[in-house]
Amino acid sequence: METKPFIVRDCALIPLATGLRAQNLRELQNRIREAPPACIYYHFWGGLLRAKFDDPEFPNDFASWAQHSLHDKRLAERLAIINPMDFEDLEDLRREVLDVVDERLDELDFPPWVETDQQFHFIRSQIVVFNTNIEVRDPRELRDRMPSFSSGTIFYHFIDARRRPPYKQDDFSAWLETFEDVHGDLVLPIRAIDPYFTTLEELRKELTGILDLYFKE
Amino acid sequence: MEEYLERYRPIVGDAVIHHLRQLARPLRGLRVVHVNSTREGGGVAEILQCLVPLKQSLGLDVAWEVIGGNPDFFECTKKMHNTLQGNRVSLSKALLKNYEETNRHNFERLEDVLKEADVVFIHDPQPAALLRYCDRRRGKWIWRCHIDVSHPYRPVWKYLRDFVSPYDASIWSLSSFAQVLPHPMYLIPPSIDPLSEKNRDLDPLELAATHEKWGLDPDRPIITQVSRFDRFKDPLGVIEAYRLARAFTPLQLVLAGSGASDDPEGAEVLAEVQAAQGEDPDIHILLLPPDAHRSINALQRISHVVLQKSLREGFGLTVTEALWKEKPVLGGDTGGIRIQVFNHHTGFLVNTPEGAALRIRYLLRHRDRLAEMGKKAKAFVRENFLITRHLREYLTLMIAITHAATDRIELDG
Repeated sequence: METKPFIVRDCALIPLATGLRAQNLRELQNRIREAPPACIYYHFWGGLLRAKFDDPEFPNDFASWAQHSLHDKRLAERLAIINPMDFEDLEDLRREVLDVVDERLDELDFPPWVETDQQFHFIRSQIVVFNTNIEVRDPRELRDRMPSFSSGTIFYHFIDARRRPPYKQDDFSAWLETFEDVHGDLVLPIRAIDPYFTTLEELRKELTGILDLYFKE
Repeated sequence: MEEYLERYRPIVGDAVIHHLRQLARPLRGLRVVHVNSTREGGGVAEILQCLVPLKQSLGLDVAWEVIGGNPDFFECTKKMHNTLQGNRVSLSKALLKNYEETNRHNFERLEDVLKEADVVFIHDPQPAALLRYCDRRRGKWIWRCHIDVSHPYRPVWKYLRDFVSPYDASIWSLSSFAQVLPHPMYLIPPSIDPLSEKNRDLDPLELAATHEKWGLDPDRPIITQVSRFDRFKDPLGVIEAYRLARAFTPLQLVLAGSGASDDPEGAEVLAEVQAAQGEDPDIHILLLPPDAHRSINALQRISHVVLQKSLREGFGLTVTEALWKEKPVLGGDTGGIRIQVFNHHTGFLVNTPEGAALRIRYLLRHRDRLAEMGKKAKAFVRENFLITRHLREYLTLMIAITHAATDRIELDG
């Protein structure tokens, strides 16, 4: 059976203010309940496509706010460990975040609060996906083209792909798997990349490195 | 026209240029109009001078219109600007009536181009009332607010809100600057143009001449703050930080800003700064004309560390400019400085003169860290705060606003 070419797509994300803000942990809990799902997506994944230099151990915005603004280290650690890839959809992820916040509120006599200029601003995003007119026909060509892919392309095929069928999989490894002569030596290392503690630039380098190594052998 | 975008290829790389071309493809031929109140001077005009030809180079049909008005109109809009930033000044009924009349006259002059456009960008409060006079609009109207409206003087904001609420969308520089409006509120931070006089690379000979021109010793470290003489920029705090640091390391301080002769408070602050300078030959207060972009560029480049020790700040493009020149920035922990200065990566956020002095000493003692942070700072700006990123977000917004208002817009296949 002939394998279909890999259609390379690209995306651009634009953030929007929602007007929802939280100045203490109780408000955060309420706002998380009512925020649109796009907010949950943005605060877990949007960091990869926006200006950010943050501590890698606090990879989502809720954890980062708990650490840097609320100064509640216990909460920050619990929020930081949430892996968004473990959840079927954004509602499941929202429930997990709420569970962590609820638990912390139970432990405290008073909800911790921040000064006005440190409020948590809920942001949502719109994502525009478009074709690049590039089709990759075989794994070697993917290796050749990978270094020139834009950050948007890496985001779409490696991060955003996990929300599309086949769920929890990136597009690159899913496509490579369709080649009979491609071995686990290529697919498995790609699937082993943790996309959550890095930048898109680093992800591109890692993917290029794995493809280079495979074809050298 | 195509070449205009190509000039950025050596700076941002092939992938970014390719990405912009692909993103702009569905927008080719789209009629876009930008409207503001001046063609030269000020940050908005600077951005449009660059953004308009960039959009044209991608095949969009872009026009830039400027509204006119009498002195009362500009007095009104200047006051409006200040009140939106928190000053408590009332606007007389006569001034507001003149504001509306001026917008109506300008609408009549621009009616054809505004009604024919697919997307209209109205910048800041000056032309915000134009939409009221457009009874059958064809395109999408977007209000671009470049001002920090986080703590406005309420009566003036309520007045302006009636004009901007009917827009199809608005754009804000930061989420914390925005007021809630009943339409999508996009977030697009400003940017710098790496090819402008203020930011382009300069010849080493020109940099050497800059030392001589301002009487600076090239063998001793220089720290610089570029800003208006304004209390919110805390120039006295900068002098204090310099004095504290100088006790440990040889140092020269440059405070560069424009004279602002029409600003009584500016003159007062300048006098206080000059008094604090005293007889110290290593404090250089430079009063530069507002268009001294190249001199500012050179001063930033010959500095070892740049300060922006603001107590309150909008976005802080002087921070972006310094980071682009590989200078770690010691910035006040406020406004847009927070999304540009990251401790130990691109500089340090400071809250006191003592904090600034400590970081000056640290950076001058650890020159390898200083150089490393400078390189990281430039890469950070290249990725996030150049005009090409700004252009990408405008293109994304135009696609979003002309398609269904969903979270995900799939353009083809």
